[in-house]
Amino acid sequence: MNSLVLRLIATRVAVSLLTLLIVSAIVFGATELLPGDVAQAVLGQGATPDAVTALRQAMHLDQPAWLRYVSWLHGLLTGNPGLSLVNHLPVAGLIGGRLPNSLVLAAITTAFSVPLALAIGITTAVWRGSLYDRIASTLTVSAVSVPEFLVATLAVLIFAVNLHWLPALSSRSGVHGLFGLVRVYAMPVVTLSFVVIAQMARMTRAALVNTLGSSYVEMALLKGARPWRIVLRHALPNALGPIVNAVALSLSFLLGGVIIVETIFNYPGLAKLMVDAVATRDMPLVQSCAMLFCLAYLLLVMLADLAAILSNPRLRYR
Amino acid sequence: MSVPLRATLPPRRFRISVTGAIGLALVVFWLAVTAVGPMLAPYPPGRIVGTDVLGPMTHAFPLGTDYLGRDMLSRILVGGRYTISIAFVATFLACFSACTLALAAAVKGGWVDAVLSRLLDALISIPSLLFGLVVVAALGSSIPILVLTAAVIYMPGAYRTARALAVNVNAMDFVRVAQARGEGAWYVMRAEIMPNMVLPVLTDFGLRFVFVVLLLSGLSFLGLGVQPPDADLGSLVRENLQGLVFGAPAVIMPAAAIASITIGVNLLIDNLPTRRVSRER
Repeated sequence: MNSLVLRLIATRVAVSLLTLLIVSAIVFGATELLPGDVAQAVLGQGATPDAVTALRQAMHLDQPAWLRYVSWLHGLLTGNPGLSLVNHLPVAGLIGGRLPNSLVLAAITTAFSVPLALAIGITTAVWRGSLYDRIASTLTVSAVSVPEFLVATLAVLIFAVNLHWLPALSSRSGVHGLFGLVRVYAMPVVTLSFVVIAQMARMTRAALVNTLGSSYVEMALLKGARPWRIVLRHALPNALGPIVNAVALSLSFLLGGVIIVETIFNYPGLAKLMVDAVATRDMPLVQSCAMLFCLAYLLLVMLADLAAILSNPRLRYR
Repeated sequence: MSVPLRATLPPRRFRISVTGAIGLALVVFWLAVTAVGPMLAPYPPGRIVGTDVLGPMTHAFPLGTDYLGRDMLSRILVGGRYTISIAFVATFLACFSACTLALAAAVKGGWVDAVLSRLLDALISIPSLLFGLVVVAALGSSIPILVLTAAVIYMPGAYRTARALAVNVNAMDFVRVAQARGEGAWYVMRAEIMPNMVLPVLTDFGLRFVFVVLLLSGLSFLGLGVQPPDADLGSLVRENLQGLVFGAPAVIMPAAAIASITIGVNLLIDNLPTRRVSRER
């Protein structure tokens, strides 16, 4: 660690915070575009003008937009993002009940997909040009270009409808033991992993192929080092930074996939909560969920960039 | 003595691999469907023609019937046109505005470049489906809003690619010559830089088109995209989802149609004789 690396890291963290602030302004600004009056929408058409005015005051809608933005931001930071428009429950409580479910799903998917994707990426890079590599590459291109809901519907069709191995819907009530847990999580995890693995394997392969093509690897080959020693001792340590970068970036694809997957399997997670909130136009809930997703996304992208900075030896010994 | 150079070079041939040819065939097929598909539909897409709902593939209904007994082939021909034309317009808007801004950023440089790049980098850090959800929650869902939302979401990525290309071309000598000649910024952008980045920009266009198709089908699948009575391919999957438990073609076929569009475009651009494109979203 030297001052240059520290400065790069500090700049990167500052840029992330600034981006998060801009994102919050965009998310809040989207609500301002809402045609009509929120108070009117909440009370319905039969509301008297007095009631609407009273609710407007209670919801601070009579204040200027920037003031409401600041107080909304303050509420987010202090863990009090307001009340849901639909059922008048605190948004924090609604999210708190769903967030652990989504985190468990994401954790299981990560634990399942990262080793598999690294194995595919490294082996295809080592045997590049072989039949195995070409088949794997065509499969991964196809996997990143099909919609998640196609993968999900095919998974339901094969494992639930034809083979009767797994239930078509996920619900965590009445689960007994490890086997029951596997049965519930198998389908969402397989669907989510499919796209993530394809993305990660492609990026890992590209990073390693790049390193394997460099002249010092050719040198190692010429001096007679065994192929696996070249890959493990010479190429991998230098490709580690790009690979960690690829892993973090690919995991950010989870965030898009989880929205579709939680909806199709009726999984009680944060994304399902948000999709339902969009359908009922429950803006405080939509805003808070969107901010949580953007936070997770920015954290992963920042992690990817930090990995790239920290693994660059030219920056370390200057 | 001068050797005619042109005669010594082998004739230029357009070579394309097998997978590239498959991609090209799929793309041509779907373009044809967009152009004339609805005219070939055997039944009106909205009319209930079958006696059984979510029926199997038969001679009368080649792709089965949907959850109300409507002909699936006719509905896919019309839905495919919705999916492709909406995505095409959105991608065109995104790439066109991105190229214009990127050329301006490259030619003007300085604060124009810095402000544009910072702002668009912030937009890029909102996951695409999430951005779509927030906009639909605020504004409701209609086709113009869907087109504009998709265009705004994928503009920053296209800008990033186009700016990198434009900055490279801008550093070339012939651009310096044009500027020394006293040509205006607009002329340099249009006549000097743009023609030299057309092919990579077109490749990028294909890639964005795939992303837009996936985003719009995803939104429609969630019931937040194209609204009934209109239906694109994503809505067709959603409305027939109940047929999944017995494997009805009504739910498999539209999903397969989306996959064949996106895989076709991807195979084609992967096998184009240009350098490899970045797959960053």
